[in-house]
Amino acid sequence: MSKARDNILARLRARNAEKPPVDLDRGFNSPDWNRQQRIELFCKAMRSVRTEVHRVTAADWPEQLAKLVKEKQLKNLLYAPAGPLAEKIESAWRAGEELPELVTREVDVDGWKEELFFDIDAAITSTRSAIAEVGAMILWPTPEEPRTFSLVPPVHIAVVEADKLHNTFADAIANENWQDGMPTNALLISGPSKSADIEQTLAYGVHGPVELIVLLIE
Amino acid sequence: MQQKAEFDQRVQEALNNPQLRSNFRIAMDGLMEKRSNAFPDKSFMEELRVLGSKIRANALAKQPELLEQLEANCTRNGIQVHWAETIEQANRIVLEIMERHNATRMIKGKSMVSEEMEMNHFLEAQGKSCIESDLGEYIIQLDHETPSHIIAPAIHKSKQEIAKLFKAKHPDIPYSEDIETMTRSARQVLRSKFYEAEIGLSGVNFAVAETGTLCLVENEGNGRMCTTVPPVHIAVTGIEKVLEKLSDVPPLLKLLTRSASGQHISTYFNMISSPRKPGERDGPKEVHLVLLDNQRSKIYEDDELFDSLRCIRCGACMNHCPVYTRIGGHAYGSLIPGPIGSCIEPQKFGLDKFGVLPTASTLCGACGEVCPVKIPLPKLLHRLRYEQVRDDHTGATNGQGSQRSGKEAMIWKLWSWAHANPAVYRSGTRLASLFRGAIPNKIGPWTRVRTAPKIAPKSLHQLAREEGFDHE
Repeated sequence: MSKARDNILARLRARNAEKPPVDLDRGFNSPDWNRQQRIELFCKAMRSVRTEVHRVTAADWPEQLAKLVKEKQLKNLLYAPAGPLAEKIESAWRAGEELPELVTREVDVDGWKEELFFDIDAAITSTRSAIAEVGAMILWPTPEEPRTFSLVPPVHIAVVEADKLHNTFADAIANENWQDGMPTNALLISGPSKSADIEQTLAYGVHGPVELIVLLIE
Repeated sequence: MQQKAEFDQRVQEALNNPQLRSNFRIAMDGLMEKRSNAFPDKSFMEELRVLGSKIRANALAKQPELLEQLEANCTRNGIQVHWAETIEQANRIVLEIMERHNATRMIKGKSMVSEEMEMNHFLEAQGKSCIESDLGEYIIQLDHETPSHIIAPAIHKSKQEIAKLFKAKHPDIPYSEDIETMTRSARQVLRSKFYEAEIGLSGVNFAVAETGTLCLVENEGNGRMCTTVPPVHIAVTGIEKVLEKLSDVPPLLKLLTRSASGQHISTYFNMISSPRKPGERDGPKEVHLVLLDNQRSKIYEDDELFDSLRCIRCGACMNHCPVYTRIGGHAYGSLIPGPIGSCIEPQKFGLDKFGVLPTASTLCGACGEVCPVKIPLPKLLHRLRYEQVRDDHTGATNGQGSQRSGKEAMIWKLWSWAHANPAVYRSGTRLASLFRGAIPNKIGPWTRVRTAPKIAPKSLHQLAREEGFDHE
């Protein structure tokens, strides 16, 4: 092990006076919200950061999606053919007309980075769960739905299931036992990318998606 | 006292710059209001602050063990951990990683530790390019400046100043003072930089020992870009950022975003636990974590000053500081400005270099009142004022006793002698009353903006006796 490591640890351990142990109670009280309240809170918080939220059903979301992308005149839509949404998207596209081209690349992103960066209009992903209190979606990207799908294209469309809404972030970690194994990348997303670095004035669409569209399945 | 003269000059320049003062006044008023709105329930805020301070105090109390646990878990996850005692070592580690990959292009997310390392300067001297991608950092990099605020680095500039800067640096982009348009131009320019970069660099907001996870708070998406797109990701952090449990993260995140910018949550909260795994389609193939000490373990030695290491870098103390709001970040001459900077920087770089900073405070207490982890900032600033004049050589602070003046020490010795000897004290006050007319109206800097104090014709003792009070 490195000398720097040993020196730093030795210095930290050389503290002569002991700090009294900290009495830290990690228990937390989860709010007493029902499903409907969670949905309302999530929608309100998400919309407050300029997310477009559409309340849909498990049956009609693919048609809603098709309508939406047509209205937005997207040129193409990136999706994960092996992901949990694929089957329904594909059947909606078979049924619909004049829809944006469905794009899929089942190889490492390194091989088609240029296309991803400069040609893809929008991408759709599923989500793991979501947080009602602050209005955030939780994504654990997978080999099927890579990290860059929710990051690089200017429009990100995410499908969120209302049944998977947690009250708070602390609830999400505790209920899903995150401490037992973290993925390569776990993400909370709340709204399209933004910055207030110029005169503290909020501007949307910096380096991540310019638009975030949530289809909330109730 | 060269540092004091230089500091005074910077303060004078800042105070006489109406544009700068208005930029800061407007921005700080806005940030204070946003924070206040984000905590509508004051008892909820207090509970959260107590919890936050305990989480940080607990992590610091167990710091050496937690750092070892963090290292073990990161290593198990495939993250390569490096330790650096000094900024030279840290820069060297980053350079070696770049050279191993024959890399010349680095894209950077916002990192105050990389500013502390003066990494851009170091790597540029080695022929590497380092592009800042956070909008504020990008703006100040274009103008060859340093951040004037830890979370809003370009807050000292108005939109007109930024528009002119963009025009000068990117003549092909049409001139605009519209903030959204300028933001989009930066998006355009930086997109290809993300695409091309071989190395992505980021800071770390929290490093979780329990799972070996690096957490990053951001709004722009540049942090995610830097940690996802380039083939190699290097994270640099101070050793004090370690937390014990994953469940320690939500309360601190809540405190951080609300205190910093009044947001209930940031747009992105990015938790990284490993490089790309087999089968995964993107993400860096290598992730490195550089743990930097740079005097933190020295601050750790002192039971009281130790509390300054609890800081989660939200910037609330500077937003609420009457001194910071008037003079801005650059006048401090230190990397981190405002109350927490006046506390940390002199400890890192020595009171002989930054001893003037703890005196740049009215001790009004606002910083301590808003700190989300309850760092007793006024008390620590006070302590540093003492450290710089004490001469018993028992404290551990760098530059201890460096601001001690023989004249001042003599005056205080006389003062305490007079107050300990009733006869001297009585005759002293009598003499002072008698010659009260002889006290000049101008007594140095004090009377530049104030009237000189006048001794009363009769002392309090004398008045009390005349009124019939007698303590015996």
